[in-house]
Amino acid sequence: MTNKQEHGGSGLAQETGELKMMSRATYFREALLRNIFMLCAIVAVAAVALIFVFVGVRGWPVVDDPGIVAFLTGTEWSSTYGEFGILPLVSGTLVVTLGALLLGAPLAIGTAVFLSEIASPRMRSIVRPAVEMLAGVPSVVFGFFGLVIIRPVVADLTGSMGFGPLTAALILAVMIVPTIATLTEDALRSVAPGIRHASYAMGATTWQTIYKVLIPAAKIGIIDATILGMGRAIGETMAVVMVAGNAPQFFSGLGEPVATLTSQIVIDMSYASGTHRTALFGLAVILFLISMGLVGLVRSLARLERRS
Amino acid sequence: MSKWANRVAVTLLWICGLLTVGALAAVIVYVFIRGVGQLNLDFILSAPRGVNAEGGIGPTIVATIYVTGLAMLIVTPIAVLAAVYLAEYAVQGKLVTVIRFAADTLSSVPSIVMGLFGFAFFVEAMDLGFSVLSGALALSFLMLPIVMRTTEEAIRAVPRYIRWGSYGLGASKWQTVSKIVLPSAMPRILTGLILAMGRAVGETAVVIFTMGQAINLPISPLDSGRSMTVHLYTLAMEGINMDAAYGTALLLMIMVLLFNLSARWLARRKGRFEE
Repeated sequence: MTNKQEHGGSGLAQETGELKMMSRATYFREALLRNIFMLCAIVAVAAVALIFVFVGVRGWPVVDDPGIVAFLTGTEWSSTYGEFGILPLVSGTLVVTLGALLLGAPLAIGTAVFLSEIASPRMRSIVRPAVEMLAGVPSVVFGFFGLVIIRPVVADLTGSMGFGPLTAALILAVMIVPTIATLTEDALRSVAPGIRHASYAMGATTWQTIYKVLIPAAKIGIIDATILGMGRAIGETMAVVMVAGNAPQFFSGLGEPVATLTSQIVIDMSYASGTHRTALFGLAVILFLISMGLVGLVRSLARLERRS
Repeated sequence: MSKWANRVAVTLLWICGLLTVGALAAVIVYVFIRGVGQLNLDFILSAPRGVNAEGGIGPTIVATIYVTGLAMLIVTPIAVLAAVYLAEYAVQGKLVTVIRFAADTLSSVPSIVMGLFGFAFFVEAMDLGFSVLSGALALSFLMLPIVMRTTEEAIRAVPRYIRWGSYGLGASKWQTVSKIVLPSAMPRILTGLILAMGRAVGETAVVIFTMGQAINLPISPLDSGRSMTVHLYTLAMEGINMDAAYGTALLLMIMVLLFNLSARWLARRKGRFEE
C-alpha cells in the first residue's frame, strides 16, 4: 500500500484495467510475503530439529559412559553407585501406561460413543464441555488431587503407602480421556449417516448398530485415538511424579513405588551432574523417539485408511 | 435377548459419560471446598514468607502471567503466519507433509523433554540463565503447534466465495488474506490463542527447568521466577503448608477455567461471513 507511487513497472495494468496483471512492485511484495510465511511454517520443522539436536548432543555421551548396552539393558538405576540402566524405568512406564489404558481407554471410547450416538443434544452440551475442560486441567492439579484423595484410598486397598502404579494409573486414566474421547468421537461422526440408517432400518438395536456397524467402520480412527492417548500417558510427567513413589525398581505390586522415564528426570535433574545428567538427557532422547514414532505410526495408519 | 443386551449396553455407555463428567466435577468441587477458605486479598497479593511459605503467592501469580504473556507475544506472529501459509499459499507436496509431521511431533513431545531442551538450549547454550525469557521461549515451542492448528482450521472455515469476491475486485492475494480472510477468521483464531495460553498457564515441567524455582518478583525478562504450578508442586511434595497448596490449586483452576470459558464464549460468536 505504501508503494503506490512505485507502480509503473507495468503501466499497462493500470491503464487498461486488465485483470491478472500486476505491477512489478506488487509482484515482488507478494512473492516476498509468500516466502516469509513459508519461513514461519518451516519454524515448526526447525523447532523439532533443534530439540532433537540439543537433547541428542547432551545425551549422546551415554554411548561411551555408561555405554549404550549398559544404558539400554541395565537393570539398576542408582546415582550413588553410578549405575544408569533404564530397564526399571521402562518397566515403570510400561506398567503405569498399560494400567492407564486399561482403565481409561474403555471409559473414553464409551464416552465418545455416548456423545455421538446416545446423548440428547442437551446432555451433549454438558458432557462435551466437561471433556474439553478435563483436557485443560493442569497436570500438577491432577497430581495434587491424586496425592490427597486417590492415594489414601489406594493405601487402604493395598495396605501400603499408596504411592505406586495403581494411583498413577488411576490419575492417568482420567487424564487421557479427553485425547481418546475427542478423536474417537470425530471418527464416529465421520461415518456416513446412511450406514447408521441402513442398520436401524434392518431392525438392529442401538447397541447392535454401535458394535457391529459403527465401531468396525471407525476402527482405524479409534486405534489412532488410543495410540495418541498412550503417547500422552507415556509422556505425562508431573502427575506421575507426585503419586508414583519414585523408586527406580521393577514392578512388585500395585501399591509398591515405581519410577517412570519421565518422573526420574524430574526427581534427579535438581542434583544430577556429569554422567548422571547425561543419562537424564539420554532418557529424554528415548522419550522423544517414542513420541515421534507414535505420531509416525498414526500418520501411516491414516494413509493406509485413505488408500482402502 | 437383544433388547436386554441393548439396555445393558446403553446403560453402561451412560455410566461412561457420567463418570467423565463426575471426574471433572470431583476435581473442581474438592479443590474449591478445600481452597476457598484460603482465598483473600492478602493471599493473592503478598509474597510467601519463611520456611513454611506462610503468607501469599503474589510473586508466583506475576511470574505465571509474565511468562505466559511473553510466550504469547513470541509465538502469535510466527504461528499465525505459518497457518496462513499452510491454509492459503501452500500446495500439497513434500514440504507441506514434512511441516505437518513436524507440527504433530512437536505437539506430542512430552513436556519434560521440552523442559530439558529449554534448559540445554536457552538456559545454557544461549546463556539466558533461569529467566522469564528462557521460560517464555520454551513455552512458545509448546504453544506453536496448538496455535498453528487452530488458526489453520479458522482460516479454512472462511467460505471460499468471500475470497472470489475479493479477487474479482482486483485485490492481490495478500490484500485478500489481510483484509478479508484474517479479520473474518479472527474470533476462532483468538479462541485458539486463549486455549494455548490456558495450556501454558498449567504447564509445569517446561517452566521448572527454564524459569527456575526461586521465589522472587520478576521485573526484567532476565529475572528468574517461580510459576504457580511449580509453587503448588513444591508445596505438595514437601508437605509444607498444605493450606497454601489448596489455595494455589484453586487459583490455578480458576484461571484455567476462565481461559476455557472465554474461549468457548468466543468460539460461539460467528465470524463475519459465517452463516
